[in-house]
Amino acid sequence: MIVRPKPERFRLRRTMMFMNAQKPGLIKDAYIYGCDSIMLDLEDAVAENQKDAARFSLYHALTTIDYGSTEVIVRINGLDTPHWQEDIRVCVAGGADGIRIAKCESARDVHTVEAAVEKAEREFGVEVGRTLLMAALESPKGILNAYEICSASDRMFGVAISGGDFRKCMQTTFQPDGVDMLAARGQMLLAARAAGIQCFDTVFTNLDDEEGFRAEVLQNKAMGFDGKSLINPKQIRLVHQVFAPTEKEIRQAEKIVRAFEEQSRAGVGVFTVDGKMIDVAFIPGAKRTLKLAKACGMYEGDLA
Amino acid sequence: MEILKTAAAGTLESSDCLVTVEPGEGLHLDLSSSVMNQYGRQIKATVLSTLERLGVENASVTVVDKGALDCTLKARVECAVFRSNGTSASNIPWGGAVR
Repeated sequence: MIVRPKPERFRLRRTMMFMNAQKPGLIKDAYIYGCDSIMLDLEDAVAENQKDAARFSLYHALTTIDYGSTEVIVRINGLDTPHWQEDIRVCVAGGADGIRIAKCESARDVHTVEAAVEKAEREFGVEVGRTLLMAALESPKGILNAYEICSASDRMFGVAISGGDFRKCMQTTFQPDGVDMLAARGQMLLAARAAGIQCFDTVFTNLDDEEGFRAEVLQNKAMGFDGKSLINPKQIRLVHQVFAPTEKEIRQAEKIVRAFEEQSRAGVGVFTVDGKMIDVAFIPGAKRTLKLAKACGMYEGDLA
Repeated sequence: MEILKTAAAGTLESSDCLVTVEPGEGLHLDLSSSVMNQYGRQIKATVLSTLERLGVENASVTVVDKGALDCTLKARVECAVFRSNGTSASNIPWGGAVR
């Protein structure tokens, strides 16, 4: 049986690729694509009369397939269905890294899932607190309650918006400039940053529209998202490219971290690097750039 | 477990298998596979050991394999057996009889 290492609450999550947990052909080699996380889906991708079969398939995939350093998250069915409790049992028993709460609307939803996860951790002898959580916001209510959701639990690592359902609620459709979800994305980002967790954008469903996809990913990066949900392996590469720091940003970050270490040893708090004022506030950002650069294979130093 | 009624799980898609269990006397396995020559023996062993773990002693089992991995074979056999009992939806013994 494969035992996965303890999940890291904050790690690189540029790409999360959805896969139907019921399709053995898909999930058996999902790690080869190189996405940061895979999202095994028990919810919408699985037909109502195959929910049971998907769990058996998921359990054996989790316990026999070595996904290596690819994070394994499971999207469970909504709290308004008869499925979510057994979904949680199988996720915890199988050792999934995290659970994505579908249609999350309040901190109470997070607490409900958290209680069931803890119960399952005790039932299956899993370390209490091991299983991480993230929430998908799919309704206006979810967006309005984003901050209480983001800060509801120490297990929460991130929050994502689900475009399809959200646009339906708002009586709008996909717009190339993103104006349909601008307010929602902004509100969710504010909430996630205020709570100190990660934030992910929705899927882009038109696989033939490469220009549209690129535009959306560029906007995601500009708005400050950590990553994006994907539906097809061919989308991974562009997201990794766009989210990678530039060579200049890496050199700058390296300089800042190095200068900060030297200056603080000498008792100096604020100083300049290449004519720009630098103090302790710049360090987390610079370190984040280096970490990202390392993950992208662009930096090999030891400051990350 | 007893096989109470006919039940099936799985599909005929590539990398999957379709498992059907029916009530019967003793254990009968009817296996066909797209990779019979290479893996027939291993598939049979996996199906039989899964049935044994579930305590199934009387059943007629049909497996149509399309190149499923062991983990998929197990999942489909287990699901079919639990479905035949009407108990596939909740309180599955994950890590116990199902492992």
